[in-house]
Amino acid sequence: MPIQCSTGCHKNAVLKRPKTGDALCKDCFFWVFEEEVHHTITAAKLFTPDDYVAIAASGGKDSTVLAYIMKLLNDRYNYGLKLVLLSVDEGITGYRDDSLETVKRNEQQYSIPLKIVSYDELYGWTMDRIVEQIGLKNNCTFCGVFRRQALDRGATLLKVDKIVTGHNADDIAETVIMNILRGDIARLQRCTAIVTASEGTIPRSKPFKYTYEKEIVMYAYFKKLDYFSTECIYSPNAYRGYARAFLKDLEKIRSTSIIDVIHSGECFSVRDGVKLPTQGICEQCGHVSSQPVCKACVLLEGLNKGKPRLGLGKTSKIREHLKRNDENLEGVVASDADTHKINIPKTINIKQLDF
Amino acid sequence: MKVRLEFRGGAELLVNGVTQHTLDLDDNNNKWTVARLLTWIRDNLIQERPELFLQGESVRPGILVLINDTDWELLGELDYQLVENDNVLFISTLHGG
Repeated sequence: MPIQCSTGCHKNAVLKRPKTGDALCKDCFFWVFEEEVHHTITAAKLFTPDDYVAIAASGGKDSTVLAYIMKLLNDRYNYGLKLVLLSVDEGITGYRDDSLETVKRNEQQYSIPLKIVSYDELYGWTMDRIVEQIGLKNNCTFCGVFRRQALDRGATLLKVDKIVTGHNADDIAETVIMNILRGDIARLQRCTAIVTASEGTIPRSKPFKYTYEKEIVMYAYFKKLDYFSTECIYSPNAYRGYARAFLKDLEKIRSTSIIDVIHSGECFSVRDGVKLPTQGICEQCGHVSSQPVCKACVLLEGLNKGKPRLGLGKTSKIREHLKRNDENLEGVVASDADTHKINIPKTINIKQLDF
Repeated sequence: MKVRLEFRGGAELLVNGVTQHTLDLDDNNNKWTVARLLTWIRDNLIQERPELFLQGESVRPGILVLINDTDWELLGELDYQLVENDNVLFISTLHGG
């Protein structure tokens, strides 16, 4: 016997909502999904009329659904937004070039213009070439650090007012757990914010902050949205994978766990008097940084000097040594990195596979 | 008994990249539940690393299962009894987005 929709609309239910346990039919699910995102957007006042908004688009499920929903809600509720798709080409053959084809189709399907910025043009290095230099162990550090800035730079080029990313509730809960495991209090405080903005940067927001991954995937499936779903060829076992598997196990036992973890992350407060790193501006490139020189510039300097391991240890230590003795740098950095058995990329706070 | 299987969202990588499979299951002796089907898939279709598909007796958390386009959580999950021409879809949510 099919189960009927919880709303009493007399249609057969097609899915059980993880957040509430309700059984919903396809139409009621679409409606609830869209309205919840609309509610998130309006409650947090994410946009104002005439905003020019860049949708960070990777071709994956989250950003594809985000592009579709932004277009739909902008039309339905007259947000008055001008939308643009912004993609980063990391230069990963067989992964990003294929997913960019999806974004190009999205450009046509949703009639939203597309801008692609590449690592090659921004930094002079593609990920394929970086992997040739660094190998498969720390490459995600480079990719994550560069991507965060690439989005900002692309957004600056386009002169947009705001950026939206497809981070969903599961992603944010994973980040909370990762930041707790790393003891990164500064990021733990920031990572649950629905909007992140600091002096001189373009504000970024997450309209899917309260949207479960399961519902995004179901929505994409039932709406037959076109997305790309191959794992990045360079990161089969990134650190995030462990947090993700742990959360999925928790969700299986109790489906509200995801929202609960986000809530816990929001509730952490730091005792008065604890010194947190302050965010300043990189003296070389002018981007936001908690160090005098940002991680991207340090990593880039390492690559260009043929010392790609530069920047994989502690940034402050490296700068010290860099000042003191440029020549002995390689040895110092290598020994510093060797003492960290598990090399956790400290700078990566956002998703590594997508954005 | 004919049953169609479909793998998407990256789950197809576990079965050699093939998204659609049509099975002809022998149902003379025993009923086919989803639990039995999962074991069959593990033993006959999964090429390597079965732990990426199964965890214990069920699918790995993060893989969604739809039977005839309905969430298996509404259909009794492992206990659901397959009937002729059922379509069982596995979608991975674990791949980048």
